Amino acid sequence: MISGHTSDVPESPMALTRAQVENIAHLARLELEAGEIPQFQQNLSRIVDFIGELERADTAGVTPMAHPLPGLAQRLRPDAVTERDEHERYQRNAPQVASGLYLVPKVIE
Amino acid sequence: MIHRQTLTQLAADLRARKVSSVELVRAFLARIEASQPALNAFISVTAEQALAEAEAADRALAAGRGGALAGVPIGHKDLFCTAGVRTTCGSRMLENFVSPYDATVVARLKAAGAVVLGKLNMDEFAMGSSNETSYFGPVRNPWNTHLVPGGSSGGSAAAVAARLLPAATATDTGGSIRQPAAFCGITGIKPTYGRVSRYGMIAFASSLDQGGVLAASAEDAARMLREMAGFDPRDSTSVDAPVPDYPAGLGEPLAGVRIGLVRQFLDQGLDPECERCVREALAVFERLGASLREVSLPNIPLSVPAYYVVAPAECSSNLARYDGVRFGHRCADARDLQDLYKRSRSEGFGAEVKRRIMTGTYVLSAGYYDAYYLKAQRVRRLIAGDFERAFGEVDLLMGPTTPTAAFALGSKTADPITMYLNDIYTISANLAGVPAMSVPCGFAAGLPVGLQIIGPHFAEQQLLHAAHRYQLETDWHLRIPERFA
Repeated sequence: MISGHTSDVPESPMALTRAQVENIAHLARLELEAGEIPQFQQNLSRIVDFIGELERADTAGVTPMAHPLPGLAQRLRPDAVTERDEHERYQRNAPQVASGLYLVPKVIE
Repeated sequence: MIHRQTLTQLAADLRARKVSSVELVRAFLARIEASQPALNAFISVTAEQALAEAEAADRALAAGRGGALAGVPIGHKDLFCTAGVRTTCGSRMLENFVSPYDATVVARLKAAGAVVLGKLNMDEFAMGSSNETSYFGPVRNPWNTHLVPGGSSGGSAAAVAARLLPAATATDTGGSIRQPAAFCGITGIKPTYGRVSRYGMIAFASSLDQGGVLAASAEDAARMLREMAGFDPRDSTSVDAPVPDYPAGLGEPLAGVRIGLVRQFLDQGLDPECERCVREALAVFERLGASLREVSLPNIPLSVPAYYVVAPAECSSNLARYDGVRFGHRCADARDLQDLYKRSRSEGFGAEVKRRIMTGTYVLSAGYYDAYYLKAQRVRRLIAGDFERAFGEVDLLMGPTTPTAAFALGSKTADPITMYLNDIYTISANLAGVPAMSVPCGFAAGLPVGLQIIGPHFAEQQLLHAAHRYQLETDWHLRIPERFA
């Protein structure tokens, strides 16, 4: 159960190692500076510890709920063209474009 | 004074040609400009466009045309895409993003004749409960500028509380409309999930995000919501159900309405002064003929941990689109594609957004998916079941919106869990998808306190009606911070 709203919550054990935090960052395509890793390690450990409270809930036989409205089915729309080609307008927000193509660093040598 | 009038009065005066939209827009723009150094409620002010829209509204009104909100000044939380206007989501990632299209909410309010004065400050990607995570600097509470306005819709709430605008759009994923409404002493409604289109509303957690309104009164919120709500084929979870005429249904008596006070909302951490205000408000409802009983929602204490699995999981997936390629921030001199992704994202996102993306990545990663993500979804069903059972016994649930009144800037930033627990009373409504409001119900040590009203799916009309009846008996919603009176 949740213990109070003030900052006097108990210190959590260091649940996540530095290597784990670096791996999570890599999976999330984030690059953390060496100096900020301990802070993330501490915060994420606290969060993992906190969400670990769920373990105690008895959920035997309970179906996972992915969506808040019961019985809402995904709609299908008619297979008809409804949008125009507006790539020039959309590409005005792109960092780098040439001949209607998005540019990225070379992928294949 | 024009700014003290409600949206309802302003809309009527505009229609009666007692005031022009240009006059209104000029008056509110002047207030916005004067307030900006103290409050920082706006990220962008669209003065020129607003004046042009106001002139058009005045012409329409002079010709006896114009929608329900013709000429009424409003603002949008800066995560609603607005065509041709910068839409930042409070992030460096979208600092220079100019939306090529209008969100459905924006288009509908435009069609109703509302005039947009600007884009309101918010926590970065709507992740925060204090507005301190905005790349554009924190918003300050108009009641006391040392305090936070709440979040994530802090700019919208501060602007309405200081009467820089009669109403504003906002969104609520875990409390982001109701908590700032409570902290700023205004009225806010988060509708049922699926009631208001999410098209063009920049995504945070798609099964929880819902657009809504911040306004001075329930009647004003009803007028805004009537224009915003309704089916949208462009949102795959939009609900195809008729929208009631919310303002028209506000007058009914409350006699016989069954109200449940949520026992778990009176638990640990509730400030005694906030509890006093809430109990006094409940007594008003009893005097109006409603019956009151305590109701138990036993799984509520699990709502915050369940939320901090589900919301970050959906966030990590939604925010994967920011890759420095098609739009948004791009780092300089990328060595290769991986470097481009990693540095663009690391430079573009702030610390809280990174924490949530990483939490989501962790709970969805191989070996943890069942233990965290599926488990949280099971707990989510238990919480939804609690509401379903409660609404078999009562018509509306009530309790405090927040455990305390507004807190000081910087006082909860050290530990993320301390900040997350601020939403302990609001998160469960998002998990269950039910509509909920916050209504001003008094002051604790000079700071506004919010009464939360929660109803079953699609009970917006009943919520607005109960809030309106309460506001006919009380004047808490009419109080304006002295400095902005």
